[in-house]
Amino acid sequence: MKKESIRLEAVNGVFRISLTVNGVKKNFAVKNNEFLLNALRRYGYKGAKKGCDTGDCGSCTVIFNGKPALACLIPAFTAHGAEITTIEGVGTVRNPHPLQEAFVEAGAVQCGFCIPGMILSSKHLLDVNPSPSEDDIKKYLDGNLCRCTGYVKQIQAVKMAAKKIKKA
Amino acid sequence: MGGGPPPSVSLSLFVKEIVVEKNDFKVVNKRVLKMDSLGLACGEPVFTDDVDINGMLYGRILWSPYAHARITKIDTKEAEKVPGVKAVLTYKNVPRVPHTTAGQGYPEPSPYDTYILDNKVRFVGDRVAAVAAETPEAAEAALKLIKTEYEILPAVFDTFEAMKDGAPVIHDEKDAKNIPDARHNIAAKFEFEVKNGEWFKDADFVIEHSYKMPYLQHCAIEPHIVITCFDPFGRLVIRTSTQVPFHVRRIVAQALKLPVKKIRVIKPRIGGGFGSKQEVLLEDIAAALSLKTGKPVKIEYTRKETFISSRTRHPSTVRLKTGFKKDGTITDAEMDIVLNTGAYGSHALTVMMCSGSHTIPFYKVKNNIKFLGRSVYTNLPVAGAYRGYGATQGFFAWESQMDIMAAKIGMDPVEFRKMNYIRLGEGSPVFKAMGEGREGVEQVITSIGLYEGIEKGLKAINWRAKKEKNKGGKGVLRRGLGMACMMQGSGIPEVDMASATIKMNEDGSFNLMVGATDLGTGSDTILAQIAAEVLGVKAEDFIVYSSDTDLTPFDVGAYASSTTFISGNAVKKTAEKVREMIIAVAAKILDRKKEDLRLEGGKVVANDGAACGLSEVANTSLYYYDQHQIIASASHYAHTSPPPFAANFAEVEVDTGTGKIKILDYVSCVDCGTAINPELAEGQNDGAVLNGIGHTLSEELEFSSNGTPLNASFRRYKIFNTLDMPPIKTFLIPTFEPNGPFGAKSVSEIGINGPLPAVANALYDAVGVRLFDSPFTPEKVLAAIKKAGKK
Repeated sequence: MKKESIRLEAVNGVFRISLTVNGVKKNFAVKNNEFLLNALRRYGYKGAKKGCDTGDCGSCTVIFNGKPALACLIPAFTAHGAEITTIEGVGTVRNPHPLQEAFVEAGAVQCGFCIPGMILSSKHLLDVNPSPSEDDIKKYLDGNLCRCTGYVKQIQAVKMAAKKIKKA
Repeated sequence: MGGGPPPSVSLSLFVKEIVVEKNDFKVVNKRVLKMDSLGLACGEPVFTDDVDINGMLYGRILWSPYAHARITKIDTKEAEKVPGVKAVLTYKNVPRVPHTTAGQGYPEPSPYDTYILDNKVRFVGDRVAAVAAETPEAAEAALKLIKTEYEILPAVFDTFEAMKDGAPVIHDEKDAKNIPDARHNIAAKFEFEVKNGEWFKDADFVIEHSYKMPYLQHCAIEPHIVITCFDPFGRLVIRTSTQVPFHVRRIVAQALKLPVKKIRVIKPRIGGGFGSKQEVLLEDIAAALSLKTGKPVKIEYTRKETFISSRTRHPSTVRLKTGFKKDGTITDAEMDIVLNTGAYGSHALTVMMCSGSHTIPFYKVKNNIKFLGRSVYTNLPVAGAYRGYGATQGFFAWESQMDIMAAKIGMDPVEFRKMNYIRLGEGSPVFKAMGEGREGVEQVITSIGLYEGIEKGLKAINWRAKKEKNKGGKGVLRRGLGMACMMQGSGIPEVDMASATIKMNEDGSFNLMVGATDLGTGSDTILAQIAAEVLGVKAEDFIVYSSDTDLTPFDVGAYASSTTFISGNAVKKTAEKVREMIIAVAAKILDRKKEDLRLEGGKVVANDGAACGLSEVANTSLYYYDQHQIIASASHYAHTSPPPFAANFAEVEVDTGTGKIKILDYVSCVDCGTAINPELAEGQNDGAVLNGIGHTLSEELEFSSNGTPLNASFRRYKIFNTLDMPPIKTFLIPTFEPNGPFGAKSVSEIGINGPLPAVANALYDAVGVRLFDSPFTPEKVLAAIKKAGKK
């Protein structure tokens, strides 16, 4: 990321920001009191989920300038110039990412509400640590709450994905 | 102890069927990927909130700050003036129809004690008023400008206080219906006794303890949400995160005095429910706002509102008094349960009934049985359906007491259970006596794999060797082992009904339309597997749609562990009808007798090897000859509710310096009959177990002395994450339930009932102290250890 000093001004409480979402340049108009999760969802990135709005459940996890972050805690205007990856940028039904395939194959998706956040956290883990141990996975996913699965198959899924990615 | 009884021979009666059917399974009991999972993993916009609707208003609700108060004045003029505000509702401008929010069979067994809005509030978090505005900010601003004056009434938070003469009467309204004793705040009451002689006469020992559980919340990660709008015909469309779309339609029609035909309820994908969405919580008020404004309205709970104003598990006090003999015979059992239903009686009766009907029959009681149940109103949040549904509370008592009784007579707790649990072919007077709103149904056990489950679990956790190793533990860290057994039901017999429709397409694929409500469980997938098994095709040949009251046939919804058993049988029957229709067409194509034809590998095959593809059958029926749509519907209701069985095992390490319990290993063996989809069945159990471990060690919703919830957030109400979880191993124990579709029983709820008693027993094994109230926090454990040390 290039660091530039940027001066943004809100007009009638609205900031006009430019950012890159899933590799595509976008312009968002965001309210001065709006958080990134809300802005992303308004602009159609519905894969980021609102589970608590207080930074506790991890359903809104996105990759923000290379690191997993909770979109519900990031003031939207501070995303000016940021690079963001949402679940829509990881893979699609037609062309899924190995992590998405692994979550399906491991039976790790029940209601699915926490899964986008869980996959984004896992993706960052595998980006920085391609061969994580079970403990590594548990440490990395501890901010992504799931009430359906007991995490058992999700941890298996991340292990499977790591193998898939190495093979590919 | 003479080696105990012979093992339960779960399969013997049905061996022939199993051998034939099991070898023949092509789709059922096989690995099939959950069909909606890839879309979900890719973040497809499939949840209630993932659609954009033009001109939508934002609904917000004003919640009561008082536990018990009468609204003496409510002025909405200022609120209505806020720019963008389109409607403000109070009790003055909505219909007043007493109803229940519980989504249950009609007429519901729960009292009609709830109004869309009332002039009285009964807990902190009760509805006062509702607003719809063009922006969430305007709605919030309007809420703050509603001027409300209250007459604060004395409040009651304890169930035993609430039952006393002179206690504050929470439901003093005249038009409430079916409250058995409003003056004593009793929302439901049931007594039942089997008497075969004098009480405790044959008992060598009598033991009595009380077991308590607190307020617990489901914590589905998707908070409750609804969007109401209108279709081009002016009908109300309710898009909602619900487990019970057909009950939502009926209850909204009732509460708003609308004809059912004017309402359509759509259930998109649901972000978890666990019972909290078996309830009409937002649909009625959103619909009222839409009707008032003529516009689409969205209302979603915040996480805090989910804790305070949705539903919870019933806090409970179970007093269990048992008599037993030195030889291990249980002679008498008296179970007295008092449930806190909170301010309204949603599920007040039925949870109470299940606390007894799912537990008492589990062990043979030779002489006398008594059950007394009371569900009591208090000025606290409303309890409702929660995975386990009373059995959780009941089994905490029973399975703790089984260990206490075994210790008293010096018997191994595993052998004591093996000696006493219900066997194949056996029944219980409780099944008939204790129904859910009407009389129960007599039944006998038609499949049970508990013996195999216990043996598997003992081996998997290495019980005997570890018991030996832990003996005479010293030092700060002590290890212990505990186990618990349990059963649940599979649907409500002669109450629950499900139906399905299957329609054939040109390429030999099928649409399967079900009212059954997949809320993340994978029921769409397993229902397709059942249909595919009948029709000799792959599960992927089904396009499954659930649920939409305009398009799918009726189903009571996803609750009572009913979907696999009840909806699964409906789908099986439907597929069998379709099979007949396919064979009728194929008989003409192939010029063979119908009875010589079968469906196999996507084809209709004759005994002599002649065959035709399903697409040929479909095209013939649609375009060429005697044209008709191959389509069928069928319904199912059951005369029995075959229980799944489970044996759970926990190994714990207790830090005697801090009181912290660490679960080192957890093994859960489940007999769910034929697992239609083994991977999904395991997943159901894993999740249920971790949820149960959460309420064993950390979860409890706490309140201030004036009834205000203190920890209504994930930060303060601790549910387990990946770092907290112990190793959990689920083992499926195959049996064949003759009344189930391809031998299947239920699986979704039973797993939550094990951890609390299993860990209670393991704690006792480790440090010799027993806790009777959950959760087992370090503070409680440490206090108990210190108290025991002083003696």
